[in-house]
Amino acid sequence: MTSRVKRVKLELFDVVNYTLIVIACAIMLYPFVNVISVSFSSYAAYVENPLMIWPHDFDMSAYKEIMGHRVLWTSYRNTIIVTTVGVAVGILLYILTAYPLSKTVLKGRKILMVLVIFTMLFNGGLIPNFYLMRSLGLLDTYAALILPSLFSGFSLILMKSYFESIPEELEEAARIDGASDPYILFRIVVPLSKPIIATLCLFAAVGYWNNFFNGIVYIRSVDKWPLMLFLREIIEGASMKEIASGGNVAETGGEQVMKETLKYATLTIVMIPILLVYPFLQKYFVKGIMLGSVKG
Amino acid sequence: MELAAHESLPAVRKSRWQAFRIHMAHHKWLYLFLVPGFLYLFIFKYIPMAGIVIAFQDFSLVRGITGSQWVGFDNFDYLFQSRDFYKVLRNSIVLSVYQIVWGFPAPIVLALMLNEVRHMLFKRVSQTVLYLPHFISWVVLAGMVINFLSPSTGPVNAVIKSLGYEPIPFLLKPEYFRTILVSAEVWKGVGWGTIIYLAAMSSIDPTLYESARIDGAGRFRQIRHITLPGIAPTIVVLLILSVGNILDNGFEQVFLLYNPMTYDVADVFETFTYRIGLIDGRLSFAAAVGLFKAVVGFILIVAANRLARLFGKQIW
Repeated sequence: MTSRVKRVKLELFDVVNYTLIVIACAIMLYPFVNVISVSFSSYAAYVENPLMIWPHDFDMSAYKEIMGHRVLWTSYRNTIIVTTVGVAVGILLYILTAYPLSKTVLKGRKILMVLVIFTMLFNGGLIPNFYLMRSLGLLDTYAALILPSLFSGFSLILMKSYFESIPEELEEAARIDGASDPYILFRIVVPLSKPIIATLCLFAAVGYWNNFFNGIVYIRSVDKWPLMLFLREIIEGASMKEIASGGNVAETGGEQVMKETLKYATLTIVMIPILLVYPFLQKYFVKGIMLGSVKG
Repeated sequence: MELAAHESLPAVRKSRWQAFRIHMAHHKWLYLFLVPGFLYLFIFKYIPMAGIVIAFQDFSLVRGITGSQWVGFDNFDYLFQSRDFYKVLRNSIVLSVYQIVWGFPAPIVLALMLNEVRHMLFKRVSQTVLYLPHFISWVVLAGMVINFLSPSTGPVNAVIKSLGYEPIPFLLKPEYFRTILVSAEVWKGVGWGTIIYLAAMSSIDPTLYESARIDGAGRFRQIRHITLPGIAPTIVVLLILSVGNILDNGFEQVFLLYNPMTYDVADVFETFTYRIGLIDGRLSFAAAVGLFKAVVGFILIVAANRLARLFGKQIW
């Protein structure tokens, strides 16, 4: 009798727990599903049913219009260039810098680590950074979008911790055979560090893809806009009008009608790459971040 | 005796120098590898730190640091007398406190729930979904929020209108700003925040649960008496660190959701520095604001780290 009661109780706990987690997942997914559905619907269907989770009255006109926008393409190209270069150079820097710092034989290791950690605790702030970029003549260049976020102490420490966890014997054997440090690093250590490299690549790529700050501070000309500045222009362009009219509903002309679904189509186009790549890289970054957080 | 010591000194020096040279020859690559990374840190992190002298000048971009006039602490006198400064300080702290009150416990509860899931596929899929918002940019999220709350076409106001009320322009009303921002932050960060707790939970000895079950403890009691004490050190350390970050609110989320009508409650250090510095061109004043934030933030985070280490040692 008691054992039966207990089993029912256990099951009830699981039922409630699983249900709550499913609800939490639904809350996380809903905005994405809604945005994508609206982007493929007609404006009339959207007004009638703004909470839709499936396209109504299938309509691609918002995509047709946004695809005709020249700045979408230039900003997409800019963001792809910045992301690719930033991730490639950044990862190379992390590998090169983290490797010596993971070696106890390195002289001055403690001081160097203090120098790294200090950059995580204190910074010059916006104005000196702006002045530096201006003095280097980098305002309104791709470099201004790449350099400020190229290299962070946090990621460096994650990679250093990972290198430290690799057994020394593996390198020792190669060293006895006369292998040089570059050979050991790139032929032995790097292949063994795929999880952390994948994690840092994902973090860096997402960081560059999503970055808005560098664009708004350092970029002037529309031709150099990253994707996020374009997206903001599309969203604010419509909502600024709303603010100007005091949130008045009545003054919605034909243009605003178009703008609404246009926003949803742009949102979809901007987040699609992340939504597509993310599930495949997910298994790496959990492993990578756990290794880092346990040690660091 | 003395003579012998005197004589051996150059020899010692020489052999040390030799040892150093052998060490360098042996490990030259290790030191060469360090050059690009530390050159980067020097140029892009340490030079801007020296650039904070701008805060003590009447700085102009044309004249540069060497040509601008030094004004001592004038910018700070002005700063501490300006009403805007205290408003920004208050907003910054209030937003962080809201963020801690709502955003700190949420991942703990979610992690406890995920930890009870025995079905591995369900766990993996739900984790994938829950982490997803972390990877979405603030521009996208702010766009979603703006659409969602739009008085003319947003779904929330559609419901309000269907009930016969006037639509509410939520983003123009100061009283809603903090709720909106903190809700968006919690939505974005709650799943990601579970990772560190799940890592801590996975290191709890499974035999503890076994013996608790034999003693007849239910799931709730196992959570209360085994899981929670197991992650208590992590909770304490993370709480201390988030208090240490109390002046950091992030630029993008505030900048993308605020507007002149909500500045009174929304303006924080990051946005204030940007506006007065780069939009209004008062560079020295903005640099002074930035320096104040950097120094106080540094003290807070170092103190928090010390405290966290203390707790870490005591409990572990």
